[in-house]
Amino acid sequence: MSKNLLSRTNIIWTVLVLVLFALMTLLMQMGIINSYYQSVIFNICINIILAVSLNLIVGICGQFSLGHAGFMAIGAYSAGIITKMIPNYWGMLLGILVGFVISTVAALIVSIPTLRLKGDYLAIATLGFSEIIRICIQNMKITNGAAGLTGIPQLTTWPIFFFCMILAIMICTSFVKSAPGRACIAINDDEIAAEAMGINTTRFKVIAFVVGAILASLAGAIMANYFYVLTPGQFTFNRSIDILVMVVFGGMGSMSASVIAAILIGLLNMYLQQFTDLRMIIYGAALVLMMIFRPQGILGTWEFSLEKLLEKWKARASNKGSRRRYYG
Amino acid sequence: MDQFLQQLVNGLSLGSIYALVALGYTMVYGIIKLINFAHGDVYMIGAYTAYWVTTYFGLSFLPALLVCMVVCGLLGVLIERIAYKPLRKAPRITALITAIGVSYVIEYTTQFFMGTSVRTYPPLLPNQSWTFGPITITYLQFVIFSVTLVLCVLLTLIIQKTKIGRAMRAVSADENAAKLMGISVDNTISFTFFLGSALAGAAGILVGIYYNSATPLMGMVPGLKAFVAAVFGGIGSIPGAMVGGLFIGICETLVTAYGNSMYRDAIVYGILILVLIIRPAGLFGKAEKEKV
Repeated sequence: MSKNLLSRTNIIWTVLVLVLFALMTLLMQMGIINSYYQSVIFNICINIILAVSLNLIVGICGQFSLGHAGFMAIGAYSAGIITKMIPNYWGMLLGILVGFVISTVAALIVSIPTLRLKGDYLAIATLGFSEIIRICIQNMKITNGAAGLTGIPQLTTWPIFFFCMILAIMICTSFVKSAPGRACIAINDDEIAAEAMGINTTRFKVIAFVVGAILASLAGAIMANYFYVLTPGQFTFNRSIDILVMVVFGGMGSMSASVIAAILIGLLNMYLQQFTDLRMIIYGAALVLMMIFRPQGILGTWEFSLEKLLEKWKARASNKGSRRRYYG
Repeated sequence: MDQFLQQLVNGLSLGSIYALVALGYTMVYGIIKLINFAHGDVYMIGAYTAYWVTTYFGLSFLPALLVCMVVCGLLGVLIERIAYKPLRKAPRITALITAIGVSYVIEYTTQFFMGTSVRTYPPLLPNQSWTFGPITITYLQFVIFSVTLVLCVLLTLIIQKTKIGRAMRAVSADENAAKLMGISVDNTISFTFFLGSALAGAAGILVGIYYNSATPLMGMVPGLKAFVAAVFGGIGSIPGAMVGGLFIGICETLVTAYGNSMYRDAIVYGILILVLIIRPAGLFGKAEKEKV
C-alpha cells in the first residue's frame, strides 16, 4: 500500500469523485433530476454515511450494535436546536460539533461498560441505550417533546451532502487500513487470540464505537438541516434496524458493499412507495429470502479496490502483449 | 400504603402477561440461541385471533383461549420451519435479521388485511370484583393470575416430567450429543416453538381483553419488554422468565403510579442495562466460562 498521498489510485479516485459530483450537479441544474429524485438522492447520502459507520462497528469490529439511531438522534437534535438559534452555516458547524461532543460522551458512557458484553447481549444493551436517548428527547423541554422541532432552517445543500458522504466513506475506509482498524479486524476474527497477542480489546472496540457514533451524529445533523422537522419517532429502534439491514444486505465488513446496499435499498424504497400497503410486507419477505439464500450479503466481504483493479488490467495487458510477442 | 398494595396487584397482572411472553423468548433462546423478534407479533396474532373467534363465532373465554393457543402455536411452528430452520448453522446476525424480516411480514400483513383501526372485544368475562381490605381484584385480574399460574405449572411439568421435555433439555444442553442419542432435533425445536408461541397466544388474548384493544403493531414494545424480562431473569431459565416478567410488570406500574409515566419505558431499559453490566447471566442464569 502506498503511503504517498499523491499516489496513482488516490488521484484516480479524486478525479472519479469530482466527475461524479460534477455530473450530478449538472443533472440537477438542468432539471433532469427533479426535486423528488433529489430528496431520494439526499436520503441515500445520509443512509450511506449511516451504513458505512455502522459497518465499522458491526462488520469490521464485530460488535453487534442496535443503537445507531440514538447517536443519529443526538446529532440531529443538537444541530436542529442550535441552527434554530443561529440560522447560518456557523450555527450549523457549531451544531455539528456539539453533536460530536455529546455523541462521543454518550458513546463512551455506553461502550465502556457494555462492550464487555458479547453478541446478543451487547445488541440488546445498545438497543436499550438508544431507546433511553429517544425517551429522554421525547420528554425534554428544549427538544419540544413528542411534538418535535419544526422550522429548522434548510441549510444542507447538495455539495454538503456529497462532501459529508465522501468524508464518511474516506474515514471508514482509512480506519480499516490503520493500526486500530487492523486491531479491530483481529478482534472480530478471534477476540481471545487478539487479546493474547497483546491487543487491548476494550480500547479498540471503544475507538471503533466512538468513530461510528460520531459519523452517525454527522448524518443526523445534515438530515436535520434538510428536512425542516424532527420528531423522536424518527429515531425508534426500527431506524437502527434499517441501517443494520443495509450493512448485512450489502455484506458485513465491506465498505463498498454498504455503499451499494444503501443505494439499492434507497432505490427499492422509492420504487415501493407506490405500493404503500404492501411495501413493508415485500421488504420483510425480501429480508427473509435474502438471509436464507444469500446470508453473506450481496458482495460478502469482497471490497472494491481500484489498486487491485489497475493491477489486474496491467497484468492482463502485459499478458496479452507477451502472448502477442510470443506468437509473433 | 393502600395504594401501593393496589398498584402491586395491578403490576402483578401486567407482569403475568409479560411472563407468559418472556417464557417463549427464553425457551427459544435456550434451544437455538436466537432472539426471536417475531415473538411479539405472534402475541399480536393471539389478540387478533381472540377478536375473531369471540366476535364472529361467539366463543366464550376458555374455548377462545384454547383456539388462540393452538393457532399461535401452529404459527410459531410455521415460522420456524420456513424462516429459521434453513439458518440453524448461520451466524447469529443473519438469524436475527431474518427474525426481524418475519416480524415485518406478520405485522404488515395483519395491517393489510385488518387495517390500522383498533379492534375491541365483546364482553367475555363478568364485570365483577372482590375487595380484600385495601385491595380490589377484578375478575379479569383473577383470570390472568390463574391462567398464568396454570400454564406455568403445566409448562414446568412438560419440561421436567415428559419425554419431549427431556428431549428439549437435552437439545438445549448439546444439540449434537442429543442427535447421537437418537433425539429428533428438528421435531424438538419445532415443539419448543409450539409451546412458546402457544404461551404468547394466551398472553395475546389476555392483554387484548385487559386493554380491550388490538392493533397490528401492538406486539413490538411489549415484545421488547418481555425480552428484557427474559434477560433479567437469566435467558434460558424458565423460573427466571416468570420472575423477570413479574418484576418488569411491577416496576412499570409503580413508575407510572409514583413517577413520570413518560419515563416508564426508559426505566425498563435502564434496569436491563444495569442487570447486563452487574450480572450478565441474569438472576437465575448460569455464568458460562469462556473456553479457548
